[in-house]
Amino acid sequence: MNVVDLDTASVRELNSALHAAAGGTWRVLNPKGAHALAPGLDAPLHVEIAGHAGYYCAGMNQLATVIIEGNAGTGLAENMMSGLVHVKGNASQSAGATAHGGLLIIDGDASARCGISMKGVDIVVKGSVGHMSAFMGQAGNLVVCGDAGDALGDSIYEARLFVRGKVASLGADCVEKDMRPEHLEWLAATLEKSQSDTKPADFRRYGSARNLYQFKIDNASSY
Amino acid sequence: MCGIVGLFLKNSDYEQELGRLFAPMLETMCGRGPDSAGFAVYNAAAPEGAIKISLQHPATDYDWTRLVAALEERVGGPVEFSINSTHALLVASTDEPTLRLALAELAPDVTIMSIGRRIQIMKETGTPQEVVERFGVRRMTGTHAIGHTRMATESAVSTAGSHPFSTGMDLCLVHNGSLSNHNRLRTNLRREGIDFHTENDTEVAAGYLTWRLRQGLGLKEALVAGLEDLDGFYTFAVGTEEGFAVLRDPIACKPAVMAETDDYVAMASEYRSLAGLPGIENARLWEPEPGVVYNWSHAA
Repeated sequence: MNVVDLDTASVRELNSALHAAAGGTWRVLNPKGAHALAPGLDAPLHVEIAGHAGYYCAGMNQLATVIIEGNAGTGLAENMMSGLVHVKGNASQSAGATAHGGLLIIDGDASARCGISMKGVDIVVKGSVGHMSAFMGQAGNLVVCGDAGDALGDSIYEARLFVRGKVASLGADCVEKDMRPEHLEWLAATLEKSQSDTKPADFRRYGSARNLYQFKIDNASSY
Repeated sequence: MCGIVGLFLKNSDYEQELGRLFAPMLETMCGRGPDSAGFAVYNAAAPEGAIKISLQHPATDYDWTRLVAALEERVGGPVEFSINSTHALLVASTDEPTLRLALAELAPDVTIMSIGRRIQIMKETGTPQEVVERFGVRRMTGTHAIGHTRMATESAVSTAGSHPFSTGMDLCLVHNGSLSNHNRLRTNLRREGIDFHTENDTEVAAGYLTWRLRQGLGLKEALVAGLEDLDGFYTFAVGTEEGFAVLRDPIACKPAVMAETDDYVAMASEYRSLAGLPGIENARLWEPEPGVVYNWSHAA
């Protein structure tokens, strides 16, 4: 176990050490909301952040597991490529923004724009998400065990959205869709992996109606 | 980008330590606003019939004694005063209009930072650390404080363009964001008798609240009305003689985190500013919902 105490070490020292490591378990003490903790990891490290993280924690993550034992600020796991990011508390806005892969688990709530422009990541939020979540989502899955705020899936392309609670409103071109056996099967496996005891049958599925301007075949000659 | 912080004490045992708790909150927000900083502190009320006036003049050797003597003559009674760097705090038995008129005639180059029963606003250009040291924030006492670190966008880096803005008795407002309809609103509010002293968008929001409060609305109702009338991006923290409120616009691009314990309510643009507060480990922490007014008051 490698321990880095941010009361004595700088964030730059922490991140340099993480980037130089090929693996191992790392524990970060006294984060106190510091920004840019553990970004750009590209090896199978296991990093535990013992408290609240600030902005852009675990951004661009590949292969690593980052556990935040508190809340996370804006842009958690932004542009994650693979691996696991798990926040035990709440996440601020734009969690999982543009993320291409991996699994992001948020035990509490995520605020506005969760999964904005998601490109393949799986996001499981055990609480609720704020407005404009999955805005312009392109691929991947957003699972919300609680409620979703206004304009869910606005201008969505192809991502799949599963919500167990109420949806305040759907955004432009986002519609409810049938829950087919393959969706229930995928949900069951993902909820189990995320240690959520919610039942797949309680969720409803939402996705793109594919009616926005750029999808209309009549407009093809315009390009 | 700017940083805003607020600390509202629920437990009076902490009143002697307000400045010690508040100063690091302000300093931590330097990264969000290194151009200027300012704060409002609410402490012991002026004696019955008297008001507190916070004044500023850029010269540190300004002759406050002469101005106070002239004011005493004008208001027909003693005016107590104390000097703190470029600012002076006066306590006088008079009313706001009389005082504003007298100051406009006697010292047009002096800026009125705040007038009220409890409020004292101080603000200057420089980093938050410099401002905290200049005014000795750590030694200050009181019931609540609101502060701002500015990265200027809508108007020049100057003392006048710094926050907080106060446009009426004991009211102050700090703002992270920008308002898009401030010019039209300023024109309309001037017609309603609200005075403005800068071209700053935030001063218009403060003036708007003053106008609504004058209409008899409570702080919460005034802010709810503001959701309709103020267009733009904002996280506001507002102080009144007895109260404290926070509001984010419905889109909520500008950040805010809140913490509440049995002893205090605190807000900041980022959690980092709250990390040093006593008992923060067990505080209730949350992000204010978009378009929802959060308010607290010492009034019964």
